Parts: sequence; C-alpha cells; structure tokens
Amino acid sequence: MSRQEKQRLVLGLAFVSPWLVGLAVFQIYPIIASLYFSLCDYSVLETPTFIGLANYADLLGDEVFWQALYNTLFYAAFALPLGLVVSFATALLLNTGVRFMAVYRTIYFLPSLVPAVASALIWLWLLNGKYGVINEGLLHLGIEGPGWLSEPAWTKPSLILMSLWGVGHAVVIYLAGLQDVPKQLYEAAELDGAGWWGKLWHVTIPLMSPVILFNLIMGLIGSLQMFALPYIMMPGGQPARSAYFYAVYLYDNALPYLKMGYASAMAWILFLLTLGLTLLALRLARGRVYYEGG
Amino acid sequence: MPAMRRLRWLWVLVVCAWVVLAAGCAPRERARADGRVEIVYWEKWTGFEGDAMRAVVDAFNRRQDRIWVEFLTVSQVDQKFLLSTAGGNPPDLAGLWSANTSVYADLGAIQPLDQYCAEAGITPEQFIPSMIGEMIHRGHIWALPTAPASLALHYNKALFRQAGLDPERPPRTIEELDAMAERLTRRDERGQIDVAGFLPSDPGWWNFAWGQWFGATLWDGDSQLTITSPENVRAFEWVQSYARKYGAKDLQSFQSGFGNFSSPQNSFLAGKVAMQLQGVWLHNFVDKYQPGLEYGVAPFPYPADRPDLAGHTFVDVDNIVIPTGARHPREAFEFIRFLATPEGAELLANGQGKFSPLRAVTPGFYQQHKHPYLQLFVDLSYGPSTFGQPKLQIWRELSAEMGNAFTKIWLDEQPARAALEEVQARMQPKLERELRAKRRKGQLP
Repeated sequence: MSRQEKQRLVLGLAFVSPWLVGLAVFQIYPIIASLYFSLCDYSVLETPTFIGLANYADLLGDEVFWQALYNTLFYAAFALPLGLVVSFATALLLNTGVRFMAVYRTIYFLPSLVPAVASALIWLWLLNGKYGVINEGLLHLGIEGPGWLSEPAWTKPSLILMSLWGVGHAVVIYLAGLQDVPKQLYEAAELDGAGWWGKLWHVTIPLMSPVILFNLIMGLIGSLQMFALPYIMMPGGQPARSAYFYAVYLYDNALPYLKMGYASAMAWILFLLTLGLTLLALRLARGRVYYEGG
Repeated sequence: MPAMRRLRWLWVLVVCAWVVLAAGCAPRERARADGRVEIVYWEKWTGFEGDAMRAVVDAFNRRQDRIWVEFLTVSQVDQKFLLSTAGGNPPDLAGLWSANTSVYADLGAIQPLDQYCAEAGITPEQFIPSMIGEMIHRGHIWALPTAPASLALHYNKALFRQAGLDPERPPRTIEELDAMAERLTRRDERGQIDVAGFLPSDPGWWNFAWGQWFGATLWDGDSQLTITSPENVRAFEWVQSYARKYGAKDLQSFQSGFGNFSSPQNSFLAGKVAMQLQGVWLHNFVDKYQPGLEYGVAPFPYPADRPDLAGHTFVDVDNIVIPTGARHPREAFEFIRFLATPEGAELLANGQGKFSPLRAVTPGFYQQHKHPYLQLFVDLSYGPSTFGQPKLQIWRELSAEMGNAFTKIWLDEQPARAALEEVQARMQPKLERELRAKRRKGQLP
C-alpha cells in the first residue's frame, strides 16, 4: 500500500467510525454481555453474580417457559404456512394486469403500515365476543362465534387470523419477484399446451422459489419473536396463559421480574432455536430452490 | 498541494462529527438563568391525576426561589426508573407505587430518607399508619406516601331498589353479598346475563387478594408462602362458586361486553354490575361520566364466621422516592417535605379526589372535599385489619401467578385448591432463593 492509499484508508475508517463505534457499543457489546449475563444472577440494579448454567437448568424445569415455547411454535406452525399461501396468492391476483392495479396494490399494502398498537386496539373490538363485528357477521351465517379473546382455546387462532392482516410486506416482495419471471418462459409453456395451473406450477413457482424461501425465513423469525399484539391484547397471556408468547415471557423476566440473567438465557435459547430452524429450512430447500444464473 | 488540503478538510469534518456526538452524550446539567437548582421529577400519572401533581409542583415552585422542580410525566415509570438508575443517570425524584418501595430499597436503587426526615421533623407518627407502613422496610423510611387509596364495596342504589332491596342497607357479610347478588342478577329473554349482582372478576385488579378478605395472607412474613392456607382455599372456592352458579361461559360472554374503565361504558357506571369492589378514585369517574348515578359505599363484607374482619380493607398508596445517584437529593427532599405538609398533601388530594396520607388535616378538609363518601375510605385505612402487597422481590411474579390461577378458577378449568397448590409449588422455591440472596447480602439475619 502506498502512503497515499494508507492515508485514504485511515480517513475512510475515520468517516465510518461513528457507525463502527455504534455497532460495537450498541450491538456487539450487548450481544456478548447478554451471553455473560445468561450465566449470571443479574437484577439489572446489582452487579451480576456468576452462577454457571443454573439459568439454563432452571428453564428446563420451568413450566411457563415450555408453555410459552409451545404457544409460540403453535402460532408459527399455523401462521407461517398460512401467511405464505395467502401472501403468494394475493401477489398473483395483484399481478394479473386488470385496471386500477396500482390502487389495489396500495390497498393491500396499507394494513402493514398501521402501527402494532393501533391495530391491536382495533382487533380488540373486532374480536370482542359480545359486540365484535366478526361475531356479528358469523351470526348472520347462523354461527354463534366464540369468545375469541376470552376462551383459552381461541386466543391463538385469533392471533393467527390477525397475522394475515400484515401480509402486505411479503406481497410486495412477491410482486417484485413476479415482475422478474421472463415472459418468454410463459410463451414457451403456452406453446407446450400448459394451462393456468401448468404455468403456475412449472414456471412461476420454480422461478419464485428463492423469494418464497426468503419470505419463509423472514416469516419464521418474525413469528418466533411475536410480541406486540399478545402483549397489548392479552396481558400476561391471559386467559390461562393460552396467549403467553416466548418474547413476552422473556420481557416479563427481564424487567418486571428483575431477572435479566434468566431473560438473557431465554434470548440465547431463542437465538439457537431460530438459527436451527433457519438452517433446517435452508437444508430442506437445497435442490428445491432455483437460482437463476446461480 | 490541493489534494492534501482537501484531506485536511475531511479530517476537520470527522473531528467535528465526533465532538457533536460526544457533546450529545454529556450529562445534562442545565444552569438556570434565575440561579435556582433544577431537579427533575418523573411521575407516572397522566390526565387529571397528573394535572393535580403538576399543580402541587407549580405551587412549590412559586412559594420559594431556590429550587425549580421540572415535572415530567413518564409512562411505565417503574421500568424507566430502574434502567436510568442502573445506568447512573436517574431523575432527582420519582413517583412510583407502594409495591416498588421495598424491592427498590433492597436492590439499592433508592435512598433511605431517615436522615432528611429527622432534620425536617417528619416522623412516621404524622401519617396514617397503614400508609406510612407501606414505605417502611427493614426499619428505614424509603419513600413518603403521596396519594393514598383504600377499597370498599360500591353499590348501585337504583338497581337495589329495582330488585326490591333496601338501598340504605348494603351487605355486611359475604353471605349477604351472595344472597343480594342473586337477587340483583338479571337475565334477558334469551337467557343471557343482563345485569350481574356482583362479580369477583370485575374490575379484576386485585385478583390475588381474595384470600385477604377472608382473613388469609399470601406470605407468613418469614420463610413460607401461605397460598394454600384454609382461608385462601375458602376464598377462591367462593370465587369459583360464582362461576358455577352463573355459568363460567355466560359470565365470560357477559364480561366481554364491558367497556373501558375510564369511559361511560365502565361496567359499574353503566349499571351492568350492581356491586363492585373499587377504590376511593371511582367517584372521579362517576362525576365525569355518570354524574346522576345514585350509588352508595360500604366496607367490603366479611365472612359471617369472621366478625373480627369487619371494616377491613386493602390499602395502596402512591409514593415519592429519591433514586440512588440523584444529583440534588437535598433539594429533592425539599419538595417531598412540601408534599408532607397539609397544604401540599391536600392540594394533591383535592385534585386527585383522594384523601391525605397525613393524620392532621386543615379544618374543613373532609367537609369541603368533593367525594361524598371520603370519610369512609379514611376510616377504613385507619382500621386494624388493613392489608397491602407483600414486600417481596418475587411479588410481581407471584401476583402474575395468582392472576393466572384466578383465571383458571374463574373459567372453572381447575378446582380452586389445585390451582393454588400449583402457585405454591412454583413460587415457594423462588421465595427461598430470594431469602438466601438477602441473607447473603446481610439484609436478613
């Protein structure tokens, strides 16, 4: 490296130094610290005391931990595939080229712009067991709707239903992907006698597979971190902890219960779980995802 | 050389950026033009309750020229207080809840006020015993009470009359409460509950405390939780008797139609629930949303075989603390001292529609207060059998566990005893762990 190159390198680093310091102070340090705290008894206000793996051992025997994990995985198991199918189908509909398409696209994207707190408060009323619009509608169909938020068996289905409200982001990503599918492939498929289904199955889905995988992984991470809606709508995961989610229990331990060490251990378990599931998804996708030019 | 000069200018830019960043991180210490010491006060209350405290702050700022209290309304104040204190940058004063007092004291987050109180001539004897009792822990005063509250049974006189009950004769015992509740409960033509006489789940703010109304405790004050004591089991079986008598599902459906507490759809204000356990503050909401409501207040009933519990109540009180690491603790105490005078305390009490935590009141305070039943709440708080929340670090978790057990009992998913046994089994080891930690720190013998 010449003298001038070195000078430029140092200057360049100096220019990005605020970001570098920010990354170190606000990301890397907390991550490492949380790993250490997970091995400590730490109340936030006092100095952490090292207790080895005791927090992890306690978690294994903590029923509420397992309940929260079960709730979260149950939610992810339904919300994730449902979200994938609905957002993909919506994207296909919004890609048909009928008139006013831009208007429809905007309308379908709008709900994802509503802040979580605002939409939680609206859903509280929509899902109200007695006066809610949803049960009112069901009544017209001759169905007596359940107490969506007051019966333990219905809280998770309610949240799964609500998750569809926020598919807008995935739809936009799918739409971008759909624009990239080469027209000539459809023409070739048509010449070969493929119908609507044949083109979807043999052209669109294979070419969209990387986008689907991306949305799958982002959706997985998002649903394992589910927090705002249950935290606001079902305080304490009530009724009967049927809606107590992993991230909510983590938060309750960290601040209200003053057990930051325990919460840090939970955070690391969640990280490992997310990592494991993501790797599994990538592995299962191998050979099934088509990367153009890759 | 132009290239060199450009480089030098770029370096100047980098340095400037860092100076600005560093300046932003510097501790805030504003010098006031009038030379007063500025103290920062974080308070949880918003709305009219916040306005009442702001009025006290304004009065304090007006009546002397040495100190300026900067009043800030802060949501989730207990948690922000915790983080700011841990981070070494706390406010000078914070308005918290009584349940925070012992916990933050044990964790070293707040300063004992004994010395300041002694210098100012403030003694515990000047306060209502149950209120100052919430502030004293391990023999020290950690906070002073600001706005106290006690609970009582509120009942709707019009609904009493419609049910053929004497509106001047509220229930005295639990048994009378149950019988009156039955008469007050009404169903519509579809068989659904239209008015409930009484609901142990409404408003649901003290679901952990039903045992105390039956003479139970949650903790023996030493090494044992007493969640499964006969009194607790009896109380929660009584709770469950309501779910069974009126149908857990019917009650769920009925309750899901209740509006927000602070709205005209409030279950008691809207006449959906005829009798309700509520605090001294309820009158504010009657005044605001349903001024014509004809209601009465009586001590909450006691079990007929426990007449010793007559006139008992749950007490809760807002407090004010000085965090560890506050920059101007002495000046901060000056404001606390003002709140501990009849003038300051009553300004707050009148604004918040509550009473004063002080024994001494200015002549006519009770007579001129807008709450028609204020005296009852004051009398209850002086009573011999008041109870509050256990002074334990695990309390938040314990109350969440009790709330969860309550739901299972109320939904009739689990017998009361089994639900309480689960809480006891889960929380007893946590209590023991807390006590061990306190012994290690020398906070317990």
